[in-house]
Amino acid sequence: MSEPLIFELSRPGRRATAQAPLTSVDVDVPEQFRRSSTPVLPEVSELQAVRHYTRLSRLNFSIDTHFYPLGSCTMKYNPRACNQLAMLPEFLGRHPLAPAETAPGFMACLWDLQEILKEVTGMRGVSLTPMAGAQGEFAGVAMIRAYHLARGDDHRNEIIVPDAAHGTNPATATMCGCKVIEIPTGADGDVDLDALSAAVGPNTAGIMLTNPSTVGVFDRNIQAISRMVHEAGGLLYYDGANLNAILGKVRPGDMGFDVIHMNLHKTFSTPHGGGGPGSGAVGVSERLLPFMPVPFVGEAEGGGYRWIDESERPQSIGRLSAFMGNAGVLLRAYVYARLLGREGMPRIAEYATLNANYLMKRLAEAGFDLAYPERRASHEFIVTLKRQARELDVSAMDFAKRLLDYGFHAPTTYFPLLVPECLLIEPTETETREILDEFVAAMAAILDEAGQDAEKLKGAPYTTPVRRLDDVRAARQLDVAWKGEDAA
Amino acid sequence: MAFIPHSSDDLSEMLQTLGLSSIDELFDEIPDDLKIGPLEGVPPALSEMETQRLVRERAAADKPLVNFLGAGAYEHHIPAAIWEIVTRGEFYSAYTPYQAEASQGTLQVIYEFQSMMTALTGLDVSNASLYDGGSGVAEAVLMAVRANRKSKSRRVLMLGGVTPAYRHVARNIAGTQGLDLELVPVDPSAGRTPLEALAPWEGEDLTAVVVQHPNFFGQLEDVDAITDWAHRQGALLIGVVNPLSLAVLKPPGEWGADGADVACGEGQPLGVPLSGGGPYFGFMTCKMQYVRQLPGRIVGRTVDLEGKAGFSLTLQAREQHIRRSKATSNICTNQGLMVTAATIYMAMLGAEGLRRVAAHSMANLNRLVDQLTAVRGVELVFDGPRFHEAVLRLDRPAGPVLNAVAERGIAGGYALKNDYPDLGDAFVVCATEVRTDEEIAAYARTLEDVMRRAQVA
Repeated sequence: MSEPLIFELSRPGRRATAQAPLTSVDVDVPEQFRRSSTPVLPEVSELQAVRHYTRLSRLNFSIDTHFYPLGSCTMKYNPRACNQLAMLPEFLGRHPLAPAETAPGFMACLWDLQEILKEVTGMRGVSLTPMAGAQGEFAGVAMIRAYHLARGDDHRNEIIVPDAAHGTNPATATMCGCKVIEIPTGADGDVDLDALSAAVGPNTAGIMLTNPSTVGVFDRNIQAISRMVHEAGGLLYYDGANLNAILGKVRPGDMGFDVIHMNLHKTFSTPHGGGGPGSGAVGVSERLLPFMPVPFVGEAEGGGYRWIDESERPQSIGRLSAFMGNAGVLLRAYVYARLLGREGMPRIAEYATLNANYLMKRLAEAGFDLAYPERRASHEFIVTLKRQARELDVSAMDFAKRLLDYGFHAPTTYFPLLVPECLLIEPTETETREILDEFVAAMAAILDEAGQDAEKLKGAPYTTPVRRLDDVRAARQLDVAWKGEDAA
Repeated sequence: MAFIPHSSDDLSEMLQTLGLSSIDELFDEIPDDLKIGPLEGVPPALSEMETQRLVRERAAADKPLVNFLGAGAYEHHIPAAIWEIVTRGEFYSAYTPYQAEASQGTLQVIYEFQSMMTALTGLDVSNASLYDGGSGVAEAVLMAVRANRKSKSRRVLMLGGVTPAYRHVARNIAGTQGLDLELVPVDPSAGRTPLEALAPWEGEDLTAVVVQHPNFFGQLEDVDAITDWAHRQGALLIGVVNPLSLAVLKPPGEWGADGADVACGEGQPLGVPLSGGGPYFGFMTCKMQYVRQLPGRIVGRTVDLEGKAGFSLTLQAREQHIRRSKATSNICTNQGLMVTAATIYMAMLGAEGLRRVAAHSMANLNRLVDQLTAVRGVELVFDGPRFHEAVLRLDRPAGPVLNAVAERGIAGGYALKNDYPDLGDAFVVCATEVRTDEEIAAYARTLEDVMRRAQVA
């Protein structure tokens, strides 16, 4: 199964004639500014375009078609109602600079979402404007930095990051002009308290933590960590990538965190969309309220809502997007939150955790090694194939690719970096027990294959639109744009 | 329970497998004093039917406005097929193509997108997109600091015609890394930055110059001369462009003798709805020599082990999940669905369709300007060449007039008083191909009526 490039379907003079104005008018710009060459874009009919992109969609694995246990990504069902309601014509047609008073319904949805997120995170303020998790992280660390600068603590520029953290954490700290201090994870999966104690000091700006962490366990010492960092004058940043594991059960604010970003495309089930758009709303404690990114929604005098911007928040870290963030994504998250309601939120954490622990137990029984066998899994857990790599000469990558042939998207591979040959597996709460059992059966079958014919795994996948791709060639013989038939 | 499939038998059997008697035991590693009771501040669950009723009522409460607002977000016709395809589950509910063999659809779309953006901008390589136009400018400035190894100053000149919000975003994001962003003011009589305005920086060590074309006022800058000037100072030239304008305007890759080094901007005009401010997408293209400093995802074409062509993420050594604290950016994803929409939009319209959309937008703007300036107390501020936006000045404060116009169902423009106090009571208006003669005439009549009423004076 494969599909030519849209450019290869192109014929001179063809186009989707219904989609542009029917008459041709002259362009009113002086010669010096005009384009002399015609850009090489496809010339295809509407049907050709529809068929081509529909066929391309069918080359993807997705939640709607496959079990997608990608650890740390929370690939759960994206309810269709969220999309339907966010795409009501009144919302889609709204210009971002139109007066807020003309959109009381839209503003009320965003206000309600801010309030719901404050409640489930235990924070004092929420700003919805960051456009992805990484931008939420940026906002969080920028607020920590702004807090210290406002107190005259210019020297506090060290951000402590555990070695298990997402790559975005150290990258964000660098973007905020901070120095990264990496600390090891203990053998039990919790933060190494001695290492933390040695790392904190007068230059500590804060610590970035994911809890439950990326190794799939809840850090039992979180209150001690919080005390230690606060006593040193630092603040605590909560990476909300794993919020799904604790939603409605425990709150980052109660654990002592000063700032949190939420990946609404994970916990609040807005679509991942092949890699975006995301949404990285941030929540803050009392002391960071003045620094929140703008704009956010406030109550207006005499009822209704309005945007609050820099003019009322002079200490804000400012705006991070041209307008007000990914509004359409926020509407989807709002609809999801209303469908879940008060009762639904803790059920998310409970069943995500149940599915993860069940799957972990069943895989262990099937002969797989767990990275942290003594611990309770959160909503995800790690299998390490270190032993199979040594004994059978197969890698985590081979297992991942072979799973595709069995009709399952692969778990996250080679992350976190500290566990060798690892698969990070997150089943989510929306999967049935039958699917989990089928996944275990597939993993067991692959393990069996590995014992009998390791080469079979190395050649996988066999049933996907393409076989294993040459990534080295992709980087060395860079072909990142179509330049005409001759170049192909 | 919404979206949770477990029957009570499932629950009890799964707990039995785990040797547990209740689901609460799964949380036994969490300190008890952290556990919370019901979330009183969250409203009770609603069914889908009830949720639809609530949200539809709210949408209906919003006042529909006829848009003459642009200022960075533009209303264009969006072919019906686009969002039908974009919201197919196979695109909508997939993730970043880490497993290339199971993501060829997404990857090929991005490769086609990259190809189209390089064709439009006249540059060599494109990334898979950034969050929006504003954060795109910030990333471009940071990229220039990495790419321009000859410059040590970290000084970036930002021309005053760059959209004010983009300048603020760039300052807020890039400023934390010790960059010095200096503003070159607009000539308030021309609405552009003439070459002479750059004279104070002649001979200085500059890392980059940022010019927007068409600029925030819709005016066309002297990009050829500005590009050459930047290169004479050893600076990289970053062009912020409206991608639709490139159907008719000279692309950044052809500006001056050597072309712009980086082009970026807001991709929303290409098939993405206004949607209250997002999600949109930022795009970025550059010369091949800077590809390793380009932030964000990049898709490359390669072959599989049978020699068949396929696509995968490439040059990942630039990115945060490999380089961590030394990455080109903390950016993790792109704006996948928006890029899918833009790719289908460009495929359906083609170069001729885009040219027609651009030309009709410009013709409608000219009609709008003619009719609005015929109203007493309204004048055109800049008479230079422009693209689908223009600046008008009133004989009284613009804010109250625009509010009164909005009360009558017209989003009349964006007041410039806060961002450009030198321009007085001015505002920027926009007309695209979707505005009809009747709507334009209705706006002129409404403005005339509002201006005649003493109470807004």
